[in-house]
Amino acid sequence: MNYQPQDFLPIFVQLAAALAFIVATMVATHSLGPKRHSKKKDDAFECGIESIGDARTPISVKYFLVAILFVLFDIEIVFMYPWAVNFKQLSWTGFYEMLVFMGLLLVGFLYVLKKGILKWEK
Amino acid sequence: MSNSTISVAEAPPGIEGAGFFATSLDNLVGLARANSLWPLPFATSCCGIEFMSTMASHYDIGRFGAERLSFSARQADVLMVMGTISKKMAPVVKQVYLQMAEPRWVLSVGACACSGGIFDTYSVLQGIDRIIPVDVYVPGCPPRPEQILDGFMQIQELAKKESTRRRNEPEYKALLASYGIE
Repeated sequence: MNYQPQDFLPIFVQLAAALAFIVATMVATHSLGPKRHSKKKDDAFECGIESIGDARTPISVKYFLVAILFVLFDIEIVFMYPWAVNFKQLSWTGFYEMLVFMGLLLVGFLYVLKKGILKWEK
Repeated sequence: MSNSTISVAEAPPGIEGAGFFATSLDNLVGLARANSLWPLPFATSCCGIEFMSTMASHYDIGRFGAERLSFSARQADVLMVMGTISKKMAPVVKQVYLQMAEPRWVLSVGACACSGGIFDTYSVLQGIDRIIPVDVYVPGCPPRPEQILDGFMQIQELAKKESTRRRNEPEYKALLASYGIE
């Protein structure tokens, strides 16, 4: 079925409605609510005790690696969606192209496995 | 149905018509605030246990809009201090009250929070109103859930009648200044 650009209008209307609701409630609460600030009041909340220092501590790199690998392979899966939609039209040519694409990413995945990046307990 | 025990809530004073009801902003905001008070349960001792049963299904404080408790002071409306507050804990209570967002109310539950209770000793703070302004006191050792609910309903009455300007007024600032709070 051929989609005209104006068929996507409901999406933008919904987006505009969501944004308008957020803006309206923020404006309403900020104008209706009391505004009182003091140094102790604006401090970071730490259940009533004094907060010491900031929260900057070194964090293990494995979290970053897992997140970044997820992003990469998620993009790969996203690329497979248009292929699924146009499967019949792309037929064998498309299949071989996708095979090459996934093969390249598979080589990267084998590298990740061999390097032991996904071993969590190190 | 003349001797039915069910009563309908009273509407605030306003102009009624076919399909609309007009009232003042203070009344509307007060009604909204009163029926959706989120408590911060500062539960320390035995009164905290009574509060647990108040939260449970039999006495159900969720009926009054307090379904969602908040242990973050920024998102809470009512500070419910339930239990003995020692002098070591007092600065913590004060800091938690300080960091609550306006408008805020304080419900002091139990004899220990109201006046130190049975513990008239060197280590117990003789009532939290020595450090923070309290709105409603619920006496008892411990008070029954029905009494805690009664205290909560009094806070609801206070919230309903409060004007939206009160927290910006100089009297409120003076009240807090008397406790050493900016």
